[in-house]
Amino acid sequence: MLAKRIIPCLDVKDGRVVKGINFINITDAGDPVQCAEEYNNLGADEIVFLDITASHEKRDTICDIVAKTAERVFIPLTVGGGVRSVDDMRKILRSGADKVSVNTSALSNPSLISQCADTFGSQCVVLAVDVKRVAPNTYHAFINGGRIDTGIDAISWIEKAERLGAGEILLTSMDRDGTKEGFDLELTKIVCDMCKIPVIASGGCGSLSHFKDVFDIACADAALAASLFHYGELTIAEVKNYLSDFNIPIRRLN
Amino acid sequence: MIGVIDYGIGNMFSLSNALKYLNIEFVTISDPASLDSVDALILPGVGAFAEGMRNLNRTGMISALRGSKKPLLGICLGMQLLFEESEEFELTKGLGLIPGRIIKITGSVKIPHMGWNQLIIHQDSIITTNISNGSFVYFVHSYKAITSEKHVIATADYESDIVSIVQNGNIYGTQFHPEKSGATGLNILKSFVGGVNC
Repeated sequence: MLAKRIIPCLDVKDGRVVKGINFINITDAGDPVQCAEEYNNLGADEIVFLDITASHEKRDTICDIVAKTAERVFIPLTVGGGVRSVDDMRKILRSGADKVSVNTSALSNPSLISQCADTFGSQCVVLAVDVKRVAPNTYHAFINGGRIDTGIDAISWIEKAERLGAGEILLTSMDRDGTKEGFDLELTKIVCDMCKIPVIASGGCGSLSHFKDVFDIACADAALAASLFHYGELTIAEVKNYLSDFNIPIRRLN
Repeated sequence: MIGVIDYGIGNMFSLSNALKYLNIEFVTISDPASLDSVDALILPGVGAFAEGMRNLNRTGMISALRGSKKPLLGICLGMQLLFEESEEFELTKGLGLIPGRIIKITGSVKIPHMGWNQLIIHQDSIITTNISNGSFVYFVHSYKAITSEKHVIATADYESDIVSIVQNGNIYGTQFHPEKSGATGLNILKSFVGGVNC
């Protein structure tokens, strides 16, 4: 049976790992290559690098990090952040990434998704979407780390992105991100029920039971967490042992 | 010496990185003449079946591979190309090195079959000597192989059986990506290279 994936996310700024609570306060938490290698050893099923480097000139740094990681880590690597064109995606894939996520640029230029899917295959193209509830049962896609409301209905946007050829959805609840109150199960379930492609749930995870709920109740295919793992509050092994006790299929290291 | 066949489809980086990490000597080859200089071959590949065959044809590799007696490991699309034909988009002939065909994955499951799934090993093979039954490996594909039981080394369960490791004499194939399957995948690559004495 296909295993539910546990994915640590490394926010990378100017070549260093950081994680801001609600994307506002940022602290330094280490070398991304070593972190990725350590997570691989600890049983992560995939690594996500999110490049939050502001300046466009320094953006090649992430490609170096991916290349160095791909020499030592033999599990899937996903990279996102600031991808604006087919060429951006090509550069990252050529560095050794397996998948690339697009977010802001795809919102203003949805054809980016189909262009990337046509060029590299849907399996490489992840749509990342930052979602906030703006009214009961109404969700909007936000940009700039949750600061700007695009006014675009997040659910229709995800549906459209799947149609355009996205191969996976990375769904972040901006209401929950950094709160440790648990994944937004309602939002995640809506998206998982609608999509035929895999959905990675993100934002709000703070305890073991949150992982169980997002798989059991919301039917997510994968769960992503950052600071929870970075600061050692939970280990990937603890999460997997816990899920295993509830017969949720997870990958064991042999 | 291993020859990794570069026919312009999918990325070669992950496989190259894995072989380097394992200290396995390899060269990338893209023309039939280079086949003589290597002991065994790896055929990687990501993408569509018809495009894969077109690219192999363009480089003159199809007849070279059909005539080659060398051990060969096909990975993902590379495995699918080893079969006789595929129904992806249009019926397309494959290399025909293993009897069988490629069909769309069906059922109520999500497609592509993407993620870590468990190998159910049905018979012994050189390439599974260092892995245990139930090991997890990483898959990304929408089509699957249908072949005779005697060629099936391992399957995975995804509502239906997914043929995951195949063998026909010294022709091997993995539907999953050993170069992305952690220690288990690296062991499979090591076993292939060790087993065919390169």
